[in-house]
Amino acid sequence: MADRPGGAGGSNKPKLALHIPEPKYRPGDVADFSHLNVPPAGEQPRPDEAADPKSFAPLAYDLIRVLGDDDQAHGPWDPKLDPDTLRTMLYNMALVRAFDERMFRGQRQGKTSFYMKCTGEEATSVAAGMALASDDMVFPSYRQQGILISRGYPLVEMINQIYSNKGDKLKGRQLPIMYSSREHSFFSISGNLATQTPQAVGWAMASAAKGDSRIAATWVGEGSTAEGDFHSACTFATVYNAPVILNVINNQWAISSFSGFAGAERTTFAARALGYGLAGLRVDGNDALAVYASQQWAANRARANAGPTLIEYFTYRAEGHSTSDDPSGYRSAQEQDEWPLGDPVNRLKNHLIALGEWDEDRQAAMDKECADTVKTATKEAEKNGILGHGMHQPFHTMFEDVFEELPWHLKEQADQATRERKIKFDGGRPKS
Amino acid sequence: MSKSATEGQTVADVGSERRLNMIDAINDALDIMLERDPDVIVLGEDVGYFGGVFRATAGLQEKHGKTRVFDTPISECGIIGVAVGMGAYGLRPVPEIQFADYIYPGLDQLISEAARLRYRSATEYIAPLTVRSPFGGGIFGGQTHSQSPESIFTHVSGLKTVIPSTPYDAKGLLISCIEDNDPVIFFEPKRIYNGPFSGFYDKPVEPWKRFDASIVPEGHYKIPLGKARTVSEGDQLTILAYGTMVHVTEAVCKAKGIDANILDLRTLVPLDIEAIEASVERTGRCLIVHEATRTSGFGAELSALVTERCFYHLEAPVERVTGFDTPYPHSLEWAYFPGPVRIGEAIDKILKD
Repeated sequence: MADRPGGAGGSNKPKLALHIPEPKYRPGDVADFSHLNVPPAGEQPRPDEAADPKSFAPLAYDLIRVLGDDDQAHGPWDPKLDPDTLRTMLYNMALVRAFDERMFRGQRQGKTSFYMKCTGEEATSVAAGMALASDDMVFPSYRQQGILISRGYPLVEMINQIYSNKGDKLKGRQLPIMYSSREHSFFSISGNLATQTPQAVGWAMASAAKGDSRIAATWVGEGSTAEGDFHSACTFATVYNAPVILNVINNQWAISSFSGFAGAERTTFAARALGYGLAGLRVDGNDALAVYASQQWAANRARANAGPTLIEYFTYRAEGHSTSDDPSGYRSAQEQDEWPLGDPVNRLKNHLIALGEWDEDRQAAMDKECADTVKTATKEAEKNGILGHGMHQPFHTMFEDVFEELPWHLKEQADQATRERKIKFDGGRPKS
Repeated sequence: MSKSATEGQTVADVGSERRLNMIDAINDALDIMLERDPDVIVLGEDVGYFGGVFRATAGLQEKHGKTRVFDTPISECGIIGVAVGMGAYGLRPVPEIQFADYIYPGLDQLISEAARLRYRSATEYIAPLTVRSPFGGGIFGGQTHSQSPESIFTHVSGLKTVIPSTPYDAKGLLISCIEDNDPVIFFEPKRIYNGPFSGFYDKPVEPWKRFDASIVPEGHYKIPLGKARTVSEGDQLTILAYGTMVHVTEAVCKAKGIDANILDLRTLVPLDIEAIEASVERTGRCLIVHEATRTSGFGAELSALVTERCFYHLEAPVERVTGFDTPYPHSLEWAYFPGPVRIGEAIDKILKD
């Protein structure tokens, strides 16, 4: 194998050893997260929004937390939101969870090919999205349905897209959940990982070049921070001082690969910021108030031309990667229960109850309202059809929008496709 | 040589006798578009203060300002990636990739993002980029400064690929590309930046100013995408070429006394199939010439199209003259280059059949 004379290790020098990362717990193991440093809420300093990143470098290794074990908000990062805003946030998160539940079931019932839940990560999109202006441009990854829902995108449109039916604004071209809504300043989701990160930086550069006031924000999983695109994004963001927020959702798992395969055994993802001279914050991603406050801090910083921010939201992917994934094959089922940062919806709910602004009855009523809202939207969308039942987009749309105008070769191919539809092959017509 | 290379132009005004080389013509196009459209933005490695390693952007930053024309980090992924984001914002970015050989780190952003954005968002977002990049060999650039990767891009649905062969065309085509709402790869044959190349590498380069194709009018004009240029009207055979090879082919025909119908394709996607069909139906013989490697090169597509569509007019098999399927060698550059000998032999073969 080795082409070294005398073979590998032929000398008396110490042998090298290759390290292959291994998660702490595999299926059947007792999960114990006591090694994780979870500092008390309210202890982390809140630097000035225009401060030099070097002056608050320790925040890239800390964990910014607001909601304490007593369900109260603590410390300088408390965004001091009024109860109505908190209830809206709770509602949005509950609606996302209800939506996820029903869409997951819909996939299992054969109504579509694919779905991705964001269970346990709702705060990282809902609370972050709410901290931005509604016309700030977001470049999401595939688990940020919470932003669309917070921005009031109709659930029916989302379901039409998931079903790829004739009501789908994206003409049935995209894998389910790869939404796009320009009207909601929500960029088209790619499916190729981390490609959206330099795009967000470019959008922010354009906004700055034009003297606009809108900023950009992007979301990327901790696993795909290993992509070159992410590092290009960090470099361009810092070089041009782009008004952008780079959100890294560290949910511990990239399908079956734990965060160690993206470098988490050595340092935090927020610490990536320091080498680039970006502001870096590491935040409890299951603490909706800390998520909101950190996103608001970074937005204010960007808006003041004070620079871009990289935020790591430390959270946990409570369920599988997608409907095509079964996490019981690679991680301990106990992890979710033992996760020391709790559940983001419950934590916000308990906070509102502790404030005297909420109770279990109202929560139950709201949960039912969310379920009913989703059910109504689902029934409405199903009138437009479900995947694979013939009520798809007009056939010719397959060839449209490849270019602004249809070139001759696509015209010929479209004619061929139309002709094929009329031909009976082997006695029958293919199922659409 | 191409003394009549302004054929096919779309403007009547060639009155002024201003003669430019290809670099200056490209610079002129960028200057005009920066002036006319406040959304045009030029970015790339060394394109700002310095004006580009080939000088294509010289003076543009000084004239139009640092936020319109600027240097970038050495990251083709980042350059194309931010350009896609700028396009989504509403700008019309013109990124330069310093050498086509360096474009590969940006492929995901080009192939999976720029080329697909209109389709996947059902026109909500578009990527109206024009990616300029010098390509091709003949300058002793070795394997990393000589490649012709056009067929990688012609294979991608949603990308247009444009290659000029004269200063006049370079300006008019580049303006069309920048105004086009689809992403375009604009490959500039760097061997002919300063003058057309006969393929006889030991002869001195004749500067562009000796050729009428270097008459470049002031102001805005466009060469439509998807239209080939008739270089010569002969009827012995059809030769399909683009970029540097247009001139090499023309010189070989002249030297051999061959009366060919040479078509400079100018745009590979969308292709001017009508011009190709009309020519091959008339001549019955077709030679395809490109500098890129042979296997799965654009010549394979051209050969297939001609065979599928003109088979009953053909009097000889379609021939391809290409670079060899090796990396572009440094010291053996002229043995690699599809020069006069390879082209001449192919012409003889086609005409003999």
